[in-house]
Amino acid sequence: MTNLAIYIIRRLLWMIPVLFFVIVITFGLMHLAPGGPWDREGRQLSPQVVNNLNVKYGLDKPLPQQFLTYIWGVVHFDFGDSLKSPGQHVSDRILQSWPYTFTLGAVAFILLVPIGIGLGVIAALRQNSLLDYTALGLATAAASTPNFVVGIFLIIVFALGMNKLTDGNFYFPTGGMPQPFNPFQVELIMPVITLAALPTAYIARLTRSSTLDTLRQDFVRTAWAKGLKSRLVVMRHVLKNSLIPVVTALGPTFAFLITGSFITETLFSIPGIGRAFVTSIAGRDYTMILGTTILFAVLIALVNLVVDVLYVFIDPRVRLTD
Amino acid sequence: MGQILLQVDDLHTQFFTSRGVVRAVDGVSLHIDAGETLGIVGESGCGKTITALSILRLVPDPGRITAGKIMFRGRDVTKFDDDEIRDFRGNDVAMIFQDPMTSLNPVTKVGFQIEEAMTAHNRFSASLARTRVVELLKRVRVPAAESRVKDYPHQFSGGMRQRAMIAMGLANEPSLLIADEPTTALDVTVQAQIIQLMKQLNRELGTAMMLITHNMALVASLCQRVVVMYAGRIVEEGPVEQIFKSPQHPYTWSLLRSVPRVDEARKDRLVSIHGLPPDLTNPPPGCKFHPRCPFVIDRCKIDEPGLSEVAANQVARCWVLMRNVKDEDVAAAKASALSLDAAKKLKAEAPPEVGTVAGG
Repeated sequence: MTNLAIYIIRRLLWMIPVLFFVIVITFGLMHLAPGGPWDREGRQLSPQVVNNLNVKYGLDKPLPQQFLTYIWGVVHFDFGDSLKSPGQHVSDRILQSWPYTFTLGAVAFILLVPIGIGLGVIAALRQNSLLDYTALGLATAAASTPNFVVGIFLIIVFALGMNKLTDGNFYFPTGGMPQPFNPFQVELIMPVITLAALPTAYIARLTRSSTLDTLRQDFVRTAWAKGLKSRLVVMRHVLKNSLIPVVTALGPTFAFLITGSFITETLFSIPGIGRAFVTSIAGRDYTMILGTTILFAVLIALVNLVVDVLYVFIDPRVRLTD
Repeated sequence: MGQILLQVDDLHTQFFTSRGVVRAVDGVSLHIDAGETLGIVGESGCGKTITALSILRLVPDPGRITAGKIMFRGRDVTKFDDDEIRDFRGNDVAMIFQDPMTSLNPVTKVGFQIEEAMTAHNRFSASLARTRVVELLKRVRVPAAESRVKDYPHQFSGGMRQRAMIAMGLANEPSLLIADEPTTALDVTVQAQIIQLMKQLNRELGTAMMLITHNMALVASLCQRVVVMYAGRIVEEGPVEQIFKSPQHPYTWSLLRSVPRVDEARKDRLVSIHGLPPDLTNPPPGCKFHPRCPFVIDRCKIDEPGLSEVAANQVARCWVLMRNVKDEDVAAAKASALSLDAAKKLKAEAPPEVGTVAGG
């Protein structure tokens, strides 16, 4: 157990150089991109105003100096002010928008795991049955439909269509997400389906193929030859092995879900971080881009760490070294 | 010998593939007495393993037992319902497999995998099963058994894993243990230990054993009786000593000639059996072995011989029989053992494993 603690601490420390390089690359790319935060559509700001703004936000300094100033701030957990929302800290803007994204992503994930794994396992155990073909067909359809199509389809059918059919008595609302951190809002239903369709299909297909593969393994034949009940063969011998790669895939899937989807958030007017991120890139809101990227990098690194630690518990062959 | 424990009667197991029906086991009849050790030998793909899997009704898809009876203590295994067959497996008849590296569940403790073989049946209570795991591991000579039960398979060496598999097989004190190539995947010194162990267990516990192998030496050291299979059929059967001394089927003779002998001066070349075993979706007419047989006569090509008694307790499926072959023909067959060049050529043409030699 102490080994595990040392491992975790070491991995957490490793995040520091990782984050440093994430910042270097983001910072570099960001400034390489043409345009700047003060560009406007149509009438431009006067050079005098632009100059004053640059001085105010330190953008007049040479890039290396700007970089060091930024790093110095990050070390003190100061991510600067948003260039596009004057007077607002980047950390405040992130703390405002991320709860919406997190709630949406977490609900999607909680539904995705049992549905994806369940469909995959059932399809594998009843290979080539009608059930298998149905599950596989659904998964293929979901995996090959872009989420803006799914989202718009849901809006047309369950919001507009049902509104008309029931004379406005019963339909799913599209009006954003009224509260963060509340998983039980009817407004969540359609965005969750839109967001989760593709990863659910992916997990179902992965589970199915991994389970089919395990069913053919020698040790499963050994389990049958022992005279075990089929339920035990499946639970103890098949699933314990076939779900290992699924857990590996669930980590990045979770990271993907809680870092937000621009399309889902835009379609359902959810004030989440996916939208904030894309908008900040388009607007060259340098501090916002960096702040969001750092958050995403931390989230992904943490999720990967959790998956690696989980491995120790699900696969005894894994030893934590390095 | 004692009473008949298992009687397989005209067993047919076929695989329904897109290329056609593969007659993997084609009318096999055999029996095992209580406490007896029976060897089943033949090249890869001759139906040995499928015969064994049929006995436990574990034939993989798309295979099915299409005809025949498997009588175990007077009851027909092929007619068992799901619950009966489940309780039969591992309890009355246990099986250990060829590759101990892949036959144990990698994410479950070895001790638990053995314990589970007992808790699946009602012979031992749960608490007794737990204590018996250590006993069983000791019995198969796993050192430090008390601590090893908590290990995972990857912490065991190949030989230790096969011992654990044997312990699992013996867990319910089955009356028959089927061992499918139990030593093939192990290195030579470990093989010898495992053979020694199996011999001893058979003697101590009186468990009947069915040993499936292509290794004639293993049969000689372990078995009382041997069944030789070719292309899904039994071609010869008899007591081991008798078969080794005077094999009557040319296939048995070739198999024996293809094994090097340490106790005999190397007078003769090793004989390899020319060609490949037949395609079981479309076997040759007449005797299935005739295209590869050095002593073939015209009748072999049209008419398939039945199993007939050739000596006391020995049957063979052959029109010619080795005792009727002229000495000079035998000498010629021995001499025709492939020249080095021909052997190389054949190796290049055929997949390496099944290419030239029968077993060994």
